[in-house]
Order: sequence, then C-alpha cells, then structure tokens
Amino acid sequence: MQVHRVSRQYVIRKLLIMIPSLLGISVVLFSLLALAPGDPFDELATNPAVPPEVRAALRAKFGLDDPVWMRYWHWLIALLQGDWGFSFVSRMDVSTLIMQRLPVTLIVIGASQILAIAIAIPVGVLAATRPYSLFDQVANTFAFIGFSLPTFFTGLVLILVFSIQLDWLPFVYRADIAATGWAFYWEHIKQSIMPVTVLGLFQGAALVRFVRSSVLDVIRLDYVTTARSKGIGERKVITRHVVRTALIPVVTLVALQMPIVFSGAIVTEQIFRVPGIGSLLISSMLANDTPVVMGVTFVSACLVVIFNLIADILYGWLDPRIAFR
Amino acid sequence: MKERELRGLIGKVKAGKLSRRGFVQAMMAVGIGAPAASQILLSSGVAMAQPASTYKPTKRGGGGPLKLLWWQGPTLLNPHFAVGTKDQDGSRLFYEPLAAWDPEGNLKPKLAAEIPTKENGGLSADGLTVTWKLKQGVTWHDGKPFTADDVVFNWEYAKDPATAAYTIASYQDVIVEKVDQYTVKVKFKKPTPFWADAFVGTRGMLIPKHLFADYIGAKSRDAPTNLKPVGTGPYMFKDFKPGDLVTGVMNPNYHQANKPYFDTVEMKGGGDAVSAARAVLQTGEFDFAWNLQVEDEILTRLEKGGKGRVSVTPGGNIEFLLLNTTDPWTEVDGERSSLKTKHPTLSDPEVRKALALLVDNKSIQDHIYGRTGPATRNFLYGPPRFDSKNNPIEFNVDKANDILEKAGWKKGADGIRAKDGKKLKFVYQTSINQPRQKTQAIIKQAAQKAGIDIELKSVTASVFFSSDVANPDTYTKFYTDLEMYTTTMGQPDPGTHMLQFVSTEAATKANKWQGRNITRWQSPEADKLYGETVAELDPVKRAASFIKLNDLAIQNQIVMGIVQRPTVSARNAKLNCNISGWDNNTSDLSDWFKDA
Repeated sequence: MQVHRVSRQYVIRKLLIMIPSLLGISVVLFSLLALAPGDPFDELATNPAVPPEVRAALRAKFGLDDPVWMRYWHWLIALLQGDWGFSFVSRMDVSTLIMQRLPVTLIVIGASQILAIAIAIPVGVLAATRPYSLFDQVANTFAFIGFSLPTFFTGLVLILVFSIQLDWLPFVYRADIAATGWAFYWEHIKQSIMPVTVLGLFQGAALVRFVRSSVLDVIRLDYVTTARSKGIGERKVITRHVVRTALIPVVTLVALQMPIVFSGAIVTEQIFRVPGIGSLLISSMLANDTPVVMGVTFVSACLVVIFNLIADILYGWLDPRIAFR
Repeated sequence: MKERELRGLIGKVKAGKLSRRGFVQAMMAVGIGAPAASQILLSSGVAMAQPASTYKPTKRGGGGPLKLLWWQGPTLLNPHFAVGTKDQDGSRLFYEPLAAWDPEGNLKPKLAAEIPTKENGGLSADGLTVTWKLKQGVTWHDGKPFTADDVVFNWEYAKDPATAAYTIASYQDVIVEKVDQYTVKVKFKKPTPFWADAFVGTRGMLIPKHLFADYIGAKSRDAPTNLKPVGTGPYMFKDFKPGDLVTGVMNPNYHQANKPYFDTVEMKGGGDAVSAARAVLQTGEFDFAWNLQVEDEILTRLEKGGKGRVSVTPGGNIEFLLLNTTDPWTEVDGERSSLKTKHPTLSDPEVRKALALLVDNKSIQDHIYGRTGPATRNFLYGPPRFDSKNNPIEFNVDKANDILEKAGWKKGADGIRAKDGKKLKFVYQTSINQPRQKTQAIIKQAAQKAGIDIELKSVTASVFFSSDVANPDTYTKFYTDLEMYTTTMGQPDPGTHMLQFVSTEAATKANKWQGRNITRWQSPEADKLYGETVAELDPVKRAASFIKLNDLAIQNQIVMGIVQRPTVSARNAKLNCNISGWDNNTSDLSDWFKDA
C-alpha cells in the first residue's frame, strides 16, 4: 500500500514534468520549421500559370504572413483544443492524415519489435551461458554486422534477392488488398516480411548483445550459484532465476529504444513504400507542408517522452530495489 | 518555304486541288513534320483527319486491375487545387475537361461534342468568342446529368480569388455564358489567338455544380467532395489516402462505348523513381510508372528485364543556360542584377558568341541525359510547328579562342583572358541535382580551354526554386553571371513560355522578383515580336513570330537551350497508352488497354 501511494505521486510528478518538456520541444520544432527555407506554395512560384495574387491569397489564408510567435501561439491554442492543424498540400486535417498512417506504422514496428525480441532473447541467453563458444562468436559476429549495416542497405539487398532474383515477395507495400479471407492475410504477411525483417534484424542485433551482457552479469551472482547447489536443473536455473532478473534492464531498453525504431522505420517505409507516418513525414518535408511535418515530429516527440516515462515506471515496478522518489 | 507559297498550297487543299496527303508531303519535303503540317491545315480551316482509333477492346471492362505507380502520390483530388502534375494526374482518373491535348499538340474532344473551328461556327472571326457544344447524355458518377450549368459554374468557382484555385489564370479574364442546356460561350476581352485554355487540358477538368455550389469562395476547403471526387471520367472514386493511394472502379455509364477496359484502377504513391522503374520494367508488379528522372543508363539496364519498356514523350520543357544581361556584383537601390546596370563583360557580344561555342550540347546528351534529354539550342522547340531550324549546335573551342583574341581579350599569366583590367571570370549557378552538376563540369572544362574561368555554384533545390524574397540564391534573383534550370511549358502554346524575353517582365525588386524575364534582357525588337503574337489571329503568322523571337534570343545568346526534357515513363510490355507531353499522363486513360 505504501509503495503504491509513493509510486502514484511519482507518476504524477513525472507527468507534470512532461508538460514543460513537451512545450520546449514544440517551441524548438516550430522555430526550426519557421527558419527553414522554402514554403508550401513555392511550387506555384515556378508555375507560369499561377498568378502571384493566388499565392498571396493562400499565404494570407493559411496565416503564413503572421510573425512566427503569433503562428506558434495559434498552433498551440488549436492543439490544446484537439486541432492539429490543416495540411496546406492535401487541404485536410493533419490529425486525419496522421491517423490514416499511424496504424500501419504501429503494425510494422510492433511486428519488427516482436521479431527482434524473439530472436534476441534466446540467442543472447544461449550465447551468455556458453561464453566464447563457437555459437557465441558466430552470434556476436552476426550481431555486429546486423547493427552496423544501415536499414536502407539491407532493404535494398533483400529487394534484389527476394523480389528481383527470386521473385518471391512484392517490394511495393499496398494498404488495400483486394482479396478477402485467408488470401487477404497471406498477402499482407507476404508484403510485410521484408520491411519487418529489415527493422527486426536491425533492432534484434543490438538487443542480442545487450541480453548477452545482462545475462552474463547475473549468471555469476551468488544466488545463482545457490540455486545450482540446491540441485535445481541447469535449464530451470537459467529460465527461472537468471533470465527473469537479467531481463529487467532489457525491458527498459526496449522501451527506451522505441523512438529509435520510429526513425529507422522512416527509412524502411520509404524503401518499401509502406504508407506509415515515416513516409508521410518525408513527403510532407519535400512538399514543405509545415503543419504536417510539425504534427508528425511532435507525435514522435510525445512518443519519446512517453516511452521514457514508461521505461522509468517499468523499471521501478520490475525491480523493487529502485525507490520512487 | 515562304509564307505566300504556303498559303498557296493551303488554298489548293481548300479548293480540293491538292489532297491532304499531298500537302503534308510537300511540307515534309521542306522539313515541316506531319503533325505541324496538319496543324497548319486545321488552323487554316481544313478539318483535321482524326487519327484512326487504335482502341481494340469490344466491350467495357474485363481488363482486370490497372496498377499505376507515381513515386510522388497525389495529395489532393480537386483539379482546381491541383498544384503539381501528380495531383492533376490523380484527379484525371475521375474528372475530364471539354477537350484534351494529344501527343502532337492537337485537341481531342472529351466532354465537348466537337472541337470549335471557324467552319463549324465555334470560333468567331474576330477572335473574341469560342462556342463549345457539349456532349449530350453524359452523367456524373452520381447519376446527375452534365450540362452547360456545370461548365459555367466551374468558371465562377475558379475565377473567384477567395476560392484560391490554382487554375484562376485560365478563368479570371474570360466571361462564360450559357447559350442553351448543351452550349456555352467563352468571351474574351480582346482578340485571343490561343483560345483553348479554359476548360481544356490540365487546367480544364470540370467539377459538378450540384456538389460544389455551396463551397465557392472562402469555404472551398470545406467541401467534402474535395476528397471524394465525383466526375464524369472512366473510373469512379473508391478510396483515397493522400500521398499513398488512390483507387477507382470502372464507370459502367461512361459516355464512350466499350470504354474503359480495366475493371479497377489504382495509383500508388511514395518511394523513389529508380525503384518505380524497377517495379514496372523488372518485376512487372505495376503497369505504368510516371516521371522517371533516372539516368538513361539505368533505365536501359532495367529494360533488359523484358517486362516493360521505357517511353519518352516529347513536350516543351527545356533545360537551358541563362546569361545575365545586368551586373550581379553591383548593388543599386537594394538589389543586385538591377536593370540600371550592364554586365561588365557579358555585355560584349563577342564574349557571348564565344560562350555559345563552348556549350557542348551533344556531349551533354551523350554522356548525361541519353534518351531522356535530346540536345537542342532552341529555347522554344515544341510542338514541332514552333521548332526553329535556324540554330544549329556548334561546339568549337578554337573558334571561341579566336573570337576572344580578335576582340582584344588577351590571356594573362594565370591563363585567364582579360581586357581593360576586367577578367573573364563567371559564377555559374544551378540547383543541386547530379546531372546538372555534371553539365556544369562539362561547360566549365570547355571554358577553361578558352581562357574563361567559371566558378561553379550549386544551391539546394528548395532554396533555388523558392520565391523567398530574403534569399539571395533564388533563380529569379539571378545574382550570378550564368545560371541553368529547366522551365516547363504546360501548354502547346508558347504565349507564357516566351514571356522570358519581354522587357516589362524583367524580374526586379519592384515585382518581388516574380517577373518571368530572368535574364532581364531589354530588347525593343523582342518586345515588338512578342506584341505581334499577342494580337495575331492567323496561326501561321503567329508561329512565325514566335520562331523569330526564339531565334533573336538564341542568336543574341540571351539564353541557350541545352537539352529537351521530355516526359519519361515506363509501361508494361502489353499496355497500350497514349501519353501526351501537353497534357496529364492520365489524360487519355479511357483509351488505355492491354493486349490479350
């Protein structure tokens, strides 16, 4: 009961700290975007068919002629009322655009995180229980290669091998699949294999090394030796005693890495034409569609802050030695 | 061929003494292509032979899905707000204009019953009115009939500045009247030789009055139909995710028999040009990919996959070099490159002549652009009827050296020519784009051999092409001696294109650098020629003035054409489609089909 009350206070305090940090982030993002060259109606300037008055009218209509602080103020007030702004380019609400794209991103990122964990934990644990064995060395080498290769490279290699040479998998991701029933799911799985693999292996490689060192730390502790001396089977010692403890920092790491996964997804989405928020961000940046860029970057900023909070809370919850203060 | 001879021939065709074919052959003998010849006939009142339709399917539908890949997907689907070609191409799946431009730059009726001509009474002799007869029995996708009211409404909608339609320029200076249920009249304030602008081609797509009537002016952005198009086109709207995907299904009530062929259409966006080419040429996942700004070498390699082929469609876009006529290094009244100055060295015509000899168009085509950039010296080269034959490409370093030597530009110790203490040193800017940097290098190298030192400058495209008045590096400010970029020509009429040479159009601080004359060339002769084109109703005379204007600018080395920039696309080996360089890629979508 005591712990519970303290932790609630802790969470509330953390949540309150979030507000100024998010405000600060939004100010920085907004001023950066305002300082960046180019505006969404530039394309009109080079188009001989559009008279300058139309551009001027549009700029006025979307408030681009106001001073930066005023535009920020308008943006902030609107955001507090749940209005994320209006896309210059698509002429629709930013929130609609983001909501259209977010599910795909979450599915792809979620699936790749699951893949990463599914690979990293068994491989990492096995490697740690037999340090410097052949398996450990092979696993280490692959992990190194895995997180050294950028996703745009592995993505292209996969496309060349599986789409072009073997012709097994499509490399253009399509959100609308005409099929129904099983065929529908099969098509979705088929087109997700490559993007999920690229992201999953990249994440998994980093995690393998982390799991391995974390398990190595724990496996030498006295309580493990005690467990073994009590006659508990090696398998049970590892799964029940070692892994449970060793995974505490891993859980935090996974939560803390979520923002990195999002940025990795931007590149992957572009390569495979996955209609997620990453590709939305890129196309909006190319079109100078500042409200959408602001929306997407702010969503990612919120995710970073929230996942940090989750990591903090999870850590304390999993490891009672950490006090909430 | 002289104008009088030409008229004589046309007269013979009209009188029936000379066949159409005979005329076209006579024209070809003097170097005027068949399309140009037939255009001359049409504009002189001889009806155009409509090319025999190549459309083979004998029933509507049954063609399965048509999969299009646009590496930048459409972001909105209201044709009046469509900024780039991607949005227009996307809107064109559902919306149609009264008439479209075919690959030769001729009109093809869509929602019009016929193309207005002098003979059918569509064009008035004074050049002040155009009467369009609309096709009858056409319905919008929701079943409502398409009538003259819709056409008039589109004019009211687009011309209202509060609507902020990008098509405003085509509609603000005309008056549109309904004559009867299926006839509209477009009235001009002054005689207008190029009358096929409103309701035609990329900016002529028509939206339904009954769905947009409440959203005219400032409320335009709230119209639900902005995102759910209801048109008259071959496909009906199904779903739209901006930047990602547009899908449509066959319109069972389309106004042309047996069309369209495909059951569904989808336009997928995103990714990059190379992988888009790959998805059509190598894996065959898609049927058509648009705007492949990819090196020809790569395209050729991908084509070996055998699943599809690359098609190059000529248009009017030109990559060209501009020579500043003003001094970019002296500031007058808060602006450089001011009209009050003269360029210190480029004002010498001999220097310009020498520079023209140092631009190696052929090498630039061969080593950089390949099929995707045929070399040309002209600024105006399309449609073929405007292509001047008077500007051969000459690349000759020795001759350039000779000219400079004779003009008194002597090489100094550093190998750079100088005269009266002024050195031949130029700054040459363009946007960051690999082929452009390679082109810069080719020109710089040749110039070096002639004792001209060129400093290369490349600016990020988003800055170079921006209209930011505070930024000195935009192409319209032209604060360097030389610059290079591509200018687009959206219509088969050079009227806007040639504003580049009109004195009053000079880009200056006073007009916030929005003038179209970037070199700031001030030439009474050019102004006179342009003036002729504005009022001249006779298409033959008008074309002659445009050609003369182009020649004047090229021969005074105000600008120099480098390469043409045609539309490059990839299509499935079985897909039959006509792509026009003068209209949207999807302008003829109703006629696309696949061989069985």
